[in-house]
Amino acid sequence: MKITRKDFLRLSGLSVLAAGAVRTFEAAKAAGQSAIRPLRGSGGAPRKQLAMAIDLRKCRQRPGCDLCMKACRDAHNVPVIADPRHEVKWIWNAPFAEVFPLEQSAYTERNYTGSPLPVLCNHCDEPACVRVCPTGATWKRSEDGIVMMDWHRCIGCKYCMVACPYEARSFNFVDPRPYIEHINSDFPTRSMGVVEKCNFCAERLAAGKQPACVEACPANAIAFGDSSDPNSPVCLALSASFSLRRKPELGTGPNVHSIV
Amino acid sequence: MRDRVWIYSGLAVFVAVLTCPFWYALARAHAASRPPQLVLPANQTQCVAPVSFMRASHMQMLLDWREDVVRRDDHRFVAYDGKIYQKSLTRTCLGCHSKQQFCDRCHAYTGVSGPYCWDCHNDPRHLAAGVTPEAQSMRAGGFDRTQSMLSHFPKLTTSSPTSRQPEQTAAGRTP
Amino acid sequence: MFEKALAGGRRYWLWVGFLLAVSFLGLFDWVREQQIGLGVTALTRDVPWGLYIGQFVFFVGLGASALVVVLPYYLHNWKAFAKITLLGEILGMVSVFMAMLFIFVSMGRPMRLINVLWYPHPNSLIFWDINVLSGYVLLNAIVTTTILWSERQGIAPPRWTRFLVMLSLPWAVSIHTVTAFILCGLVARPYWLTPLMAPRFLASAFTSGAALLALLALLMRRLGVFDVGEEAIQKLRTIATYCLLTHVFFDLNEIFTVFYSRIPEHVAHIDYLFAGLDGNDLYAPWMQLSALFALAALAIFLIPALRNRSSLLPWACAFAFFSMLIEKGLGLMVGGFVPTAFGVTAAYAPNLSEWTVVAGIWAFGALLITVLYKIALAVRAEAES
Ligand code: SF4
Ligand code: SF4
Repeated sequence: MKITRKDFLRLSGLSVLAAGAVRTFEAAKAAGQSAIRPLRGSGGAPRKQLAMAIDLRKCRQRPGCDLCMKACRDAHNVPVIADPRHEVKWIWNAPFAEVFPLEQSAYTERNYTGSPLPVLCNHCDEPACVRVCPTGATWKRSEDGIVMMDWHRCIGCKYCMVACPYEARSFNFVDPRPYIEHINSDFPTRSMGVVEKCNFCAERLAAGKQPACVEACPANAIAFGDSSDPNSPVCLALSASFSLRRKPELGTGPNVHSIV
Repeated sequence: MRDRVWIYSGLAVFVAVLTCPFWYALARAHAASRPPQLVLPANQTQCVAPVSFMRASHMQMLLDWREDVVRRDDHRFVAYDGKIYQKSLTRTCLGCHSKQQFCDRCHAYTGVSGPYCWDCHNDPRHLAAGVTPEAQSMRAGGFDRTQSMLSHFPKLTTSSPTSRQPEQTAAGRTP
Repeated sequence: MFEKALAGGRRYWLWVGFLLAVSFLGLFDWVREQQIGLGVTALTRDVPWGLYIGQFVFFVGLGASALVVVLPYYLHNWKAFAKITLLGEILGMVSVFMAMLFIFVSMGRPMRLINVLWYPHPNSLIFWDINVLSGYVLLNAIVTTTILWSERQGIAPPRWTRFLVMLSLPWAVSIHTVTAFILCGLVARPYWLTPLMAPRFLASAFTSGAALLALLALLMRRLGVFDVGEEAIQKLRTIATYCLLTHVFFDLNEIFTVFYSRIPEHVAHIDYLFAGLDGNDLYAPWMQLSALFALAALAIFLIPALRNRSSLLPWACAFAFFSMLIEKGLGLMVGGFVPTAFGVTAAYAPNLSEWTVVAGIWAFGALLITVLYKIALAVRAEAES
């Protein structure tokens, strides 16, 4: 058989495509095998899920307090960018009416104006951000339910920011380094063009420590632990008081509770 | 076949242009044929793997460490001699090596124009003052943004930018 | 075949030079954006997708709309489209290519795009989108080059091209459906959370596609380059009319559901777009203009006295095209993000940097269209003579 130049070019193009397809198929198979299993409520032993309960009654005693946020910034090299369009936020204060729009009333307005209401990533049971990420740069860790991020892999498509109903994610619109006052050499900074968010201090948990915000709060307002263990601090705190979660009706299963 | 001369000389020019980066690199390597002066750690004699392996495959090992730590929460590295290390660029590698006198020198010599690890990972020695080099120069009155900007964009890194851009051009600063 | 693109008059080269210049301008601006950071665009933490992704959606639609000529010609044997089908396919292919460029420029780390295929996550619609879009471009590239090739040889195209053409029909529907699915499956964005999104997208896509093809055909006739025939233009007008009617009908359905149920989160977005919210009414005039354009186009398409004035046809097509462009290419994104999840009316208006990049991609698309049409028409003319 005679192979013309054109045939040769076509053939080589096709084989490149085929090689790519095989690789994609194999990786898809691997991805399918490690698919996310339901965390809880599907029979068997409950899966571990880390959760947080923030006692707003204690926060209300300390108007203007932002110690937890400072601790987080220092631990994770979160830049302080003045321009609100490019801000990077892991844990931050927001007005009650914006955090819980449906619970808003004249009373909440009176009680909550000016007092801190910390919000952060909810490490959801069914995280919308994980569902949409095209690269697996964000995923839900099966051991403890933390919604993790891999900044090496993120392509900066921002789909996760679009999908998160809590605006818990920030994009690095500018190089963050010049905006970090004191750098913690133990934790990486981020590069321009990737998305970041709270990681429940996965790196501190690995070293046997509590999250930075939990440790920093002088009023012990933040309880943290495994929500499938009834004796964990978070379960004890929640069983003693009434609490709210942000937009539970969306079915995302947020794991940050606010004790009002 | 009158065109033969033109065709062949055109081809030659084409090949020359196509391969010029290699010639350029060769010429440069020849000019700087003195091998880099690497400063080895004073307090250690043995790396996490034999020298030959590290020389050839440290990049692959770092990538593996990265996947293990970030994606599998696995921080323990058992070395070939049974010693246990933490999988950490900052703590383990830079715990012994100096970035400037070891990593950078060899990368510069071999023309590996900066793996972008350092866009995010820190060199604790350099941070003695607790301040990023960027923040330092920003406070000193000007910040050479181009340097770090270009490292993000591999295609353009080959030229060494010297122009200083005023800090105001950073979009984050203008309201 | 490419040599055909190199034979042109002064007018042609001026036009090509102009498009090249604008493309390069866009390219340089994009490189600048990548170097300083996407912070130089007007995108924000609250509105992370803006003009780029809006344009992406619009151009995927334009790409899918090749179907409005391919389907009647191949499936129903409409001879009137004999001359225009190939042009429609080329337009579709180039549009989808432009759509892919729009995704590319909106990414924070475009050099890592390969991660999408290297670590495929089929649960993400972007994974599917990248696959169906590149598949569509490939499919159309194979079909159009093979058809042109055989026309030049003076033989009938091989039988398998017909199979590929048939495949491209559902494929065209799929690209826009997947694009709609990117948006309409997100609990976070009530404005997009509607099963009508994909049908609406298709209706508006076919409207803009038929209108643009009719405009291009009229333009080429005017310039004396090529005449697709009056009948084809009239049929395109009919298609645009019905698609536009369907689109308006779908829109009114949305509006009824939102305003009769009055769920605050759903009302807020439409309020913001068409009337303004908290004193921020940047988009109200544009969205009203878009609605007005749609109505004007419909009036010209439907009222007999206006319909018969052939001088009005280009106007109607332009109205229809720009109405869709404003609604989909800009309003769709802004409406989805404002007000934000925190109920804040965030401001986003594309800035010069974004417009420059968009202009660059438009110019590049126009360049591809010019060159490819030139080749196609020259090959045809040669084969005929
Ligand atoms: S709060 Fe947002 S970012 Fe965090 S897990 Fe839930 S969806 Fe993802
Ligand atoms: S921006 Fe990064 S983390 Fe978010 S969806 Fe895209 S690749 Fe995933």
